[in-house]
Amino acid sequence: MKFLSQVAKYLTDGSNWSGHEGIPALVFNQLEISALAVAAALVAGVGLGAVLAQSRRGAFVVVNAANAARAVPSFALITLLGIQPAIVKLRQGSLVATGIAMFALAVPPVLTNAYVGVRDVGADVRSAARAMGMARWQLFAKVELPLALPVVMAGARTASVEVVATATLGAYVGYNDLGSYIFTGLALHDDVETFAGALLVAVLALAVDQAMALAERALSPSGHR
Amino acid sequence: MELAASAGPLVQWSWISSNEGTILSLLWQHIELTLIAVAVGLGISLPLGLAAWYWRPLRPPLLAAAGVLYVVPSIALLSLVAPLTGFFSVTTAEVALVSYTLLILLRNIIAGLSSLPASVGESARAMGYSALGELLHVQLPLALPSVLAGVRVATVTVVGLVNVTALLGQGGLGQLIIQGFTEDFNTPIVVGLVLSVLLAGAADALLVLAERLALPWRRRPKRALK
Repeated sequence: MKFLSQVAKYLTDGSNWSGHEGIPALVFNQLEISALAVAAALVAGVGLGAVLAQSRRGAFVVVNAANAARAVPSFALITLLGIQPAIVKLRQGSLVATGIAMFALAVPPVLTNAYVGVRDVGADVRSAARAMGMARWQLFAKVELPLALPVVMAGARTASVEVVATATLGAYVGYNDLGSYIFTGLALHDDVETFAGALLVAVLALAVDQAMALAERALSPSGHR
Repeated sequence: MELAASAGPLVQWSWISSNEGTILSLLWQHIELTLIAVAVGLGISLPLGLAAWYWRPLRPPLLAAAGVLYVVPSIALLSLVAPLTGFFSVTTAEVALVSYTLLILLRNIIAGLSSLPASVGESARAMGYSALGELLHVQLPLALPSVLAGVRVATVTVVGLVNVTALLGQGGLGQLIIQGFTEDFNTPIVVGLVLSVLLAGAADALLVLAERLALPWRRRPKRALK
């Protein structure tokens, strides 16, 4: 109980809520890198997923590539990128290293879902759209994508939660997010700081999950809700 | 000023051959940590899944609790548990690893059992099975594909997560990753990454094989249909 009250004191201490090392700044950094990674993954994943959904060999490629990519530990990717001289010498090298690793983490769920979503658009819907005189790109933009959107968003939700949670590891290579509290706490044997940081990440991940659930519902075509 | 940093070639083979013993023992530790986590995870989620299947109201709170555990990031969960179970202990690593398996396993166990049509239970009872016999000989075997699918996902996930537990002194191959980072040296990280991916692939392949052996009746109709 004494420990928990220390954590509460740490989290309510005004000095921890301002400046570059303050909670708002670190939460912002964590959300910033996550948003960048998921947005990039959405562009790449939806594009690739839609293309692969056109071919019959698509499923084989998607499932195997996504499974292999999922087995790559983010921790290894972040540290490997984090020591490359070309990245180290950048002004925001740790952001680049963490960002690329988070992009790699976000692509598989988005890609798989985009592929399934586009593939499962009915053949009759497609023929109807073509019969209405739609060009290929219109078919994608006005029919396939809107119909696949709920499934794509479900993938984006999974990816977002995983990325927000895992971006914490970026602090290990020097990216200034909530992981900084955890790693500083571990290095200084300050259990209170470690615990407070962990708690903040957990709450942030749950909040992102809820926010994405709302976005998922808002973006679903009304007939699909 | 430019840092004259060089992380060496991507793979320095001589380092691998001179550290073969360490690499193998870390690989073994990685396998051990994974096996314990999946076994304990199954040990916890099987009875809980059965309970939730018998007693429906238990399902939402159980899945919600497992869901919360699943969303907590691994390094955060490790650091949350560490002050309670001791820093750098196997228990700390396992508590975190097991909690990630729970949601995956519970979902699949409950889904597998509840997808069985009621007629299955009725026929079993008509054939004179006791409640326990019905569960052991009819329902669990029929739910096995779903359960094993969960075990596959859980195993692959845990193989990846074990690396992170290295930050708290365990972690098998994760220790190679930390070594590479602190020494600014590519090879150990690449070895850790590649072995981790291969281990996940091998575990998955083994489980697919186990599924085929355990469920011979699932193969025949498939072939007949083709």
